[in-house]
Amino acid sequence: MMLKIENLKAGINGKEILKGINMEVGAGEVHAIMGPNGSGKSTMSNVLVGHPAYEVYDGKVTFKGKNLLEMSAEDRSHEGLFMSFQYPVEIPGVSMTNFMRTAINEKRKYQGLQPLPPTEFLKLIKEKREFVKLDSKFMNRSVNEGFSGGEKKRNEIFQMAMLEPSLSILDETDSGLDIDALRIVADGVNRLKTPETSVIVITHYQRLLDYIKPDVVHVLYQGRIIKTAGPELALELEERGYDWVIKEYEDSLK
Amino acid sequence: MSAEKNYIDIFSQNRALIDKGSAGAMNALRDKALECFTRYGLPHKGLEEYLHTDVRSWFEPDWGMNLSRVDMHVDQAQAFKCNVPNLSTLLYFLSNDVFAASDTAANVQLPQGVIVCSLSEAAARYPEIVDAYYGRLADMERPGVAALNTMFAQDGMFVYVPDGVVVEKALQLVTLLQSPVDLLTNRRILVVLGRRSQLTLLLCDHALAANKYLTTQVVEVFAGDGSNLKLYDLEETHNANLRVSDYYISQEADSTIETDFVTLHNGSTRNSVYQTFKGQGSTLSLNGIAITDKEQHVDNMTFVDHRVSDCTSSELFKYVLDDSSTGAFAGKVLVRHGAQHTESQQTNRNICLTREARMFTQPQLEIYADDVKCSHGATVGQLDEKAMFYMQQRGIPMEEARMMLMQAFVGEVIGKVTLEPLRDRLNRLVEKRFRGELSQCEGCRACR
Repeated sequence: MMLKIENLKAGINGKEILKGINMEVGAGEVHAIMGPNGSGKSTMSNVLVGHPAYEVYDGKVTFKGKNLLEMSAEDRSHEGLFMSFQYPVEIPGVSMTNFMRTAINEKRKYQGLQPLPPTEFLKLIKEKREFVKLDSKFMNRSVNEGFSGGEKKRNEIFQMAMLEPSLSILDETDSGLDIDALRIVADGVNRLKTPETSVIVITHYQRLLDYIKPDVVHVLYQGRIIKTAGPELALELEERGYDWVIKEYEDSLK
Repeated sequence: MSAEKNYIDIFSQNRALIDKGSAGAMNALRDKALECFTRYGLPHKGLEEYLHTDVRSWFEPDWGMNLSRVDMHVDQAQAFKCNVPNLSTLLYFLSNDVFAASDTAANVQLPQGVIVCSLSEAAARYPEIVDAYYGRLADMERPGVAALNTMFAQDGMFVYVPDGVVVEKALQLVTLLQSPVDLLTNRRILVVLGRRSQLTLLLCDHALAANKYLTTQVVEVFAGDGSNLKLYDLEETHNANLRVSDYYISQEADSTIETDFVTLHNGSTRNSVYQTFKGQGSTLSLNGIAITDKEQHVDNMTFVDHRVSDCTSSELFKYVLDDSSTGAFAGKVLVRHGAQHTESQQTNRNICLTREARMFTQPQLEIYADDVKCSHGATVGQLDEKAMFYMQQRGIPMEEARMMLMQAFVGEVIGKVTLEPLRDRLNRLVEKRFRGELSQCEGCRACR
């Protein structure tokens, strides 16, 4: 089992947003989490990667057999958890190369390995850069600074390729992307996919799921997963919206 | 005025001794200095220019002064072993205020007519030059340390570059404060650049033994027509060090000056820079970095005077304040009547790493000309938490992420240093500073 979430209750500033999430993601699976605005999608991804502003009130998350919630954000990354940010952050003055070198070598340190020799590091950069069609000029620039929306998202996938995570969370990766950029990003995600790695796609729209095919689709509403089904659910949501699922759920409570 | 009275008494009682340890123009100005000092006194918190730094209180204790110039025997090689990656410079020393050239510098053939020597020696040997420049810029008609420094200063450094001469190799003056007792030192530096001459000068301020030091430094810089000066001032002292430094810079037409004032490690520091554009077509790049922690205090005051048209000044000062340290920045740009086509940009950005750290910033722009391009801005904030988390998500531990963000923040200022080896050295020094490794060297023993 890649990820097991049991009765997760979490929120921000004492306000409970996730009200008991249960979910399992197996190795090699692609899960989509969909839901209307304000349903708790962002909270869920932030809690999983250990954003310090979010609080966990109850529940358990097991990641590759380890207690995820006890780990620092950086250790979660070292263990193979990656999040593609909805809004990748600009870091003026920190070059992409320096940023990636530090990230890679910190992970190696965690694994008890020596830092990657500079020539091998540069080779790795080149290979992964070509993989997501990211121009070499970006490597000397500050992280995300002056990147277009599409370049930022491509940079996220580049970092994902560099770090080779076992579980990737794509947080609203499609927002602000034109169709070409979306294709490149999705293509990168698909080619990085192995039978051992898993992906959670968090999205409001079905659009991205045309390119990254989910095995399982969950609907998140008011902090709870109210429906879980196969990929056909995404299409149905696209056609009919969320209201019918919500109604179905509310009826089931009566 | 008890602090002032004390210094007036010391001066009167030791006048002969002071003169004996110095020469020419330095001695000639002492009477006027005494008169000004008696009238204006020491700067204190009641003055707007010194609102955040009570310099007078620094002078209140009974400081020792080495007016009879007893040899303190500073072993330069031993003392300066913490000079991380060596810059290829011509190295000179001021042991407290006693000038000495390193062996290499003493034996090097400087370009024709270039003089680099002790200031009192220059006052005796080259009166025709020194008399024309010494004390001409330092303003004693106001509360400050220029008058006190002129009263007591017996030596320092003199640099003269004649018309058309380019000094290729950078000069480095390393001040080593070392004394068996607490010590007040008054040092003086005079830099004269002829027309179309070029010079790079790096001043490094170190304190070696764990005693308390109070230093006044007055630097006068004359930049002739078309001259080019790179001037860097780097302080790496210790927590018991008090420093008051006044720079007076005059720029003739078409001259270019690049400066960087870096406070890496200190106790309490007040740096003032008074610059004047006297000729058109000149450029000033005035930058600074202060990195503080514990109870350290850094106050930079700059005054850029656009007296004539068609000059450009750009200013960037950045502070990173940790623990309960305090910083102050006051930058005044005056664009006088008729100084058209002035371009001036002033920026002060600061990061307070703790709730206890304090920054006071006061950018000031006064414009009396209508065809100018001027801007100023100041910010005080914290490290970008979003960036920090983004880095953590990529596996960079929080401490390392903080380090990288701080380094990047001051890196913008270091990037403006055009002397490449110094830029690399500053990057390394700043990194060491943020990692807390600077206090490992002999000189900074007092900081542990």
